[in-house]
Amino acid sequence: MTIEQAISLAPAERAIQLIGGDLTEKSLRLHLEGLPGVDAVGLEARAASLGTRSIKTTSKAWALDKVIELIDLTTLEGSDTPGKVQSLVAKAMIPDPSDLSAPRVAAVCVYGDMVPYAVEALGAAGGESGIHVAAVATAFPSGRASLPVKIADTKDAVSSGADEIDMVIDRGAFLSGRYGLVFDQIVAVKEACRRENGSYAHLKVILETGELTTYDNVRRASWLAILAGGDFIKTSTGKVAPAATLPVTLLMLQVVNDWYRLTGERIGVKPAGGIRTSKDAIKYLVTVAETVGEEWLQPHLFRFGASSLLNDVLLQRQKLTSGHYSGPDYVTVD
Amino acid sequence: MTRLAVPKTYKLYIGGKFPRSESGRVYPVATSKGVFLANAAQASRKDARDAVVAARAASSGWAGATGYNRGQVLYRIAELLEGRRAQFVDELRLSEGLSESAAQRQVDAAIDVWVWYAGWADKYVQVAGNGNPVSGPYFNISTPEATGVVAIIAPQESSLLGLVSVIAPALVSGNTVVVVASERAPLAAISLSEVLATSDVPGGVINVLTGSAAEIAPWLARHADVNALDLAGADELAGDLTWIDLQIAGAETLKRVLPPESGVPTPSVERITFFTETKTVWHTKGII
Repeated sequence: MTIEQAISLAPAERAIQLIGGDLTEKSLRLHLEGLPGVDAVGLEARAASLGTRSIKTTSKAWALDKVIELIDLTTLEGSDTPGKVQSLVAKAMIPDPSDLSAPRVAAVCVYGDMVPYAVEALGAAGGESGIHVAAVATAFPSGRASLPVKIADTKDAVSSGADEIDMVIDRGAFLSGRYGLVFDQIVAVKEACRRENGSYAHLKVILETGELTTYDNVRRASWLAILAGGDFIKTSTGKVAPAATLPVTLLMLQVVNDWYRLTGERIGVKPAGGIRTSKDAIKYLVTVAETVGEEWLQPHLFRFGASSLLNDVLLQRQKLTSGHYSGPDYVTVD
Repeated sequence: MTRLAVPKTYKLYIGGKFPRSESGRVYPVATSKGVFLANAAQASRKDARDAVVAARAASSGWAGATGYNRGQVLYRIAELLEGRRAQFVDELRLSEGLSESAAQRQVDAAIDVWVWYAGWADKYVQVAGNGNPVSGPYFNISTPEATGVVAIIAPQESSLLGLVSVIAPALVSGNTVVVVASERAPLAAISLSEVLATSDVPGGVINVLTGSAAEIAPWLARHADVNALDLAGADELAGDLTWIDLQIAGAETLKRVLPPESGVPTPSVERITFFTETKTVWHTKGII
């Protein structure tokens, strides 16, 4: 299949600034394929060395609270019910009923049809300044649907009150080199995130790095998502193994850092899937602080997509406050 | 030409694997006469934590197995012990300073204890459970069930028979155990872990820590995910720590605490039922 090189792409603001006015499949391809290759050995060695930092006592207490503040508490199961979303929201608002000093999480992440229940359960605790509601959209997790369906899916979630939209890219198109198609879809979904009052729901673009196979592809996909207007780049859906890994997240943070140096604009990063222990999560915090700086450790710039991570963080927190080890009987069963 | 000796550095047994201590520490193990034998891992509180996590993870599978199945698995351990008899006799001779025949007797006794307890696995429920008379058209049945994770401080003097006499009864009803072996003579416990690793016992059902019981025991006693304590060897520890201190530490999370006995604990059904909880269910009687 040949790819039409001269087709004009949707005029996304960032891409026009960087690549120039005549935005075509060809100019986008030239830019993405002109990115320098990734030193895989160096990247993995760097990620491994960042994972060896020893974070103890007061630093650990700070890190644990910070991890909670950055969690997108997630339930993405076919068996989700309004009741399950309500208990998820209850947990998001008061993570540890035995210790009210535990901070709230950043957001709850649910399927689009569960958004109304999440918004209702959050009540006054929700909204722009409170706990956000994130909805996965665009035929999550595979992304195999036509563009009108993806747009309808997104609009539906936004009109139900979602503050954030987690979209998946079309990996099939990306891997077969049809960058323009992926680009146009992101631009279209971004436009579908527009609310009636003219503001936009935050758009997180899921790259599904487990399916992109190479670090070079991850770097290209990250650039593509940023150029098309993504507010966040997210590693994975959590439905494909491998999900988030430290080297991949480090690489995406490097792209975000490059973008910041180039334009002064801060893009968020969200590793999702496979981060289950506090120890892992703290490695990510170290990586963020060392790669893009500590100002990224805020809910609007860095998130953990996780469901079981919160319980482990709470157990560690209980250990720090009580002085003895806690157990799964002392946190919720999800 | 004399042969170069290969002194061994033993490891812990946690979750069916043989990890080094998280702390990286080892301590020398000597014979009863003070001659260096081997290095053993000196477990830290984090190893104890990992062991409890492994024991908890193994708990539902082991407690969910049928009593008959648990009995078979425990009996298989006795078979494997029998096959390693010479190694255990050797270790007991060296580390406890026993004569050949006394060491033989201890190994025999340890194997007998395994077999005795293995037999109880599908029988103790009949002894400890009951059908209760109630006024109404109901069956009312009480059965003992495993209490969960049992932390055990093994007897310090009798390193094989003492160890077997405390872990076997806890396993019978479906508990999983974290045992701190004799500090001075841990070799029998380590060899037993090697036996367990090649037996049918699922990983995590038995976790063996070596090192200072006085250091690890308070962490296990206060651990919120440990359901019961067997303090068999807790009064022979170095330092000022007594079993009463550990009992007090365990009280906060309402643990069952089995106090020490003098000498090697004698086999008894009470040791099995001590680590169980009684569940009572009602069931309607059919009207015929």
